[in-house]
Amino acid sequence: GDGTARIAELETLVAEAAAASRSAPIQAAAAPLPDGAFGLGREAHPEEIAAWDVDVLPDGRGLPPGAGDVETGEELFAESCASCHGDFAEGVGNWPVLAGGFDTLDREDPVKTVGSYWPYLSTAWDYIHRSMPFGEAGTLSADDTYAIVAYILYSNDLVDDDFELSDANFAQVEMHNSDGFIVDDRPETEYPAWRAEPCMQECKDEARITMRSVFLVGTPPEGGSESIPNPNRDVALPSFTADGPSFIPAAAPAEAPTAAAEAAAPAEVETADADAGDALVAAGEQVFRKCKACHQVGEGAVNRSGPHLNGLLGREMGSVDGFKYSDVFRAAQAEGRVWDEAALAEFLAKPRAYMPGTKMSFSGLRSEEDLAAISAYLASFGEGS
Amino acid sequence: AESAPDPLITELQDWASYTGVGVDEVPYGMPIEFESHVVRRNVEWLTASPISSINFTPIHALEGTITPQGCAFERHHSGAISLRKEDYRLMINGLVERPLVFSYADLERFPRETHVYFCECAANTGMEWAGAQLNGAQFTHGMIHNMEYTGIPLRALLREAGADMSSDKWVYVEGADASSNGRSIPMEKALDDVLVAFKANGEALRLEHGYPVRLVVPGWEGNMWVKWLRRIEVLDRAVESREETSKYTDVLEDGTARKWTWVMDAKSVITSPSPQMPIPHGPGPLVISGLAWSGHGRIARVDVSRDGGITWEAARLGRQGDSKALTRFYLDIDWDGAPMLLQARAMDETGYVQPTKEQLREVRGENSVYHNNCIQTWYVNAEGIAENVETS
Repeated sequence: GDGTARIAELETLVAEAAAASRSAPIQAAAAPLPDGAFGLGREAHPEEIAAWDVDVLPDGRGLPPGAGDVETGEELFAESCASCHGDFAEGVGNWPVLAGGFDTLDREDPVKTVGSYWPYLSTAWDYIHRSMPFGEAGTLSADDTYAIVAYILYSNDLVDDDFELSDANFAQVEMHNSDGFIVDDRPETEYPAWRAEPCMQECKDEARITMRSVFLVGTPPEGGSESIPNPNRDVALPSFTADGPSFIPAAAPAEAPTAAAEAAAPAEVETADADAGDALVAAGEQVFRKCKACHQVGEGAVNRSGPHLNGLLGREMGSVDGFKYSDVFRAAQAEGRVWDEAALAEFLAKPRAYMPGTKMSFSGLRSEEDLAAISAYLASFGEGS
Repeated sequence: AESAPDPLITELQDWASYTGVGVDEVPYGMPIEFESHVVRRNVEWLTASPISSINFTPIHALEGTITPQGCAFERHHSGAISLRKEDYRLMINGLVERPLVFSYADLERFPRETHVYFCECAANTGMEWAGAQLNGAQFTHGMIHNMEYTGIPLRALLREAGADMSSDKWVYVEGADASSNGRSIPMEKALDDVLVAFKANGEALRLEHGYPVRLVVPGWEGNMWVKWLRRIEVLDRAVESREETSKYTDVLEDGTARKWTWVMDAKSVITSPSPQMPIPHGPGPLVISGLAWSGHGRIARVDVSRDGGITWEAARLGRQGDSKALTRFYLDIDWDGAPMLLQARAMDETGYVQPTKEQLREVRGENSVYHNNCIQTWYVNAEGIAENVETS
């Protein structure tokens, strides 16, 4: 940072604030106390306000005059920012990534960078000017800040390498995710549904443990913590019913298959143990609730935002008449790929990893049990031809 | 009954014979050495540096509702600073008739109030979006503390400066540390219950909690409780500072994000038994103990399930809790020694019922990071060992 430039900038701000205060009659010493006031504190000097009131608003209010280009910004960035954020703003260690991550916001672990996520450029300018570099906050001049912000825009492919950012063109920079935010809508989307009298008895048939703790956490006497992978993560724990815990593995036969499962499971299911098959199909029907918003299956099933799933196992990928598939599925059909249990399991575990570019927004099923169950459930609606 | 007489009783013990330490041996006391494990703890790999990080309150080992300051979680964006009262200044400016500067001594002359409130980080329980992750109530739910604050209503300072208090105005609050953490608060909340606080649990704030003055924003996410408060600005809009747009916003499944998610919804957790608090005795009388809270008001009821949510029973509240403060609950049972799937479910005075993980994910997906107030599950085996698990 350039201390002289910072001092010059402060002096300009002070001069402006002093001029403003001279023209503002409200600053006159004789101003009466507001109602209910105690007369405590003292009036702030314009110099004091100029020193502390440096926030910048989305519409550009608060921006000091100045300019900086990408090239200057790159040098400043390498000097003052790259040790944490990387030469190309890609981030080092756990420090924030500032560039890239476009089109990751609807995927697992979104990469939220200035480019992919921040809706207002003013936020970047304001934060860098006031709070960066880490450990030397408040030392960047206005011009330095414009230059560094210009470089971050460049590292996000939002401007060209000859770009210069200034208070004059600041408002013209369009941020990628400027329309990506909604104001808290919990009062509409959550509270009405979740203000219902809760169930106390027989709230569900079974409670199955679907995941054990990933880490065990040691708490040594000297303080801190030590996370170690849980060695028993894959060891099954009992399921619970109204009768208490049972040590029968989760996918094993239930005492009595539900009426729904009996209705849903036609004779096509061939398994050595019909009871176990029924239980798995019933479990699959529960899992299928996650799919129901987009997919139909069974008698009268039609395409919705996803294709119908009758006769899925054994049918060609991307082959349902009248459904508009994404490119990746059209390519799979062209290659003659067919849905089998293994393909289905792999797809449903991580849809976007298995079929990059699929329109299906579902993030995936985590548990092996759920994958086996959904496969059995869908198989119960016939084989493709 | 013991098979032999207990020598701790039958034999003369040192402490019953020799004298103990005198007064003033420790002018400001620390917990006794035998409780030295009850401390805040960091999970190093969660953040880049302890300077910009968070640690966790040992809620599993505490009782009642008040968190001692010395083990109340810390969250700093640029480290905790040492700021003397004599060097402290608080400015109020913007849309005010008289921009003012207060010293600490000035603040002590305003009429003050005392209230108990919880402060919860928006990221508390955030790891659990991806399923059961860290084994311990301290680590799943420890980004919370609950203290008795003394301070000045923010509205008194706004009035003192002749602020424009119309309902479409905003109050921007900013800290004196290098992060100059700032958040915008809508005027309605600023005039309601926000405190400019200088005492907690009867004594001065600790360095790590913003000594000498911090903001208290009851029921709202912890990062708005600006520490080392140095400036209050009245504006006609939100600043959209880094913390309010790029950080404390909640990404939904389709990639859009919620902003201004200020309120911490109703939540609860069983603190004992829990992974760090196994049942030390066998079958028989067992106290199940936990905490519940809501940013919308008082806790009306807490239910506990021992079978993973198939059957619920109403817990007993330690006492009727304050609004936007921790409430202690108990379920006293005769444990038969069989494994349990323990869950707690809070209901607040608005009728809001704490949701399951499944309900939350259905609305929000799994990328929100913040505001995870799901029902937590501990699996307790026949030996009394508890583990963090996720259930269907």
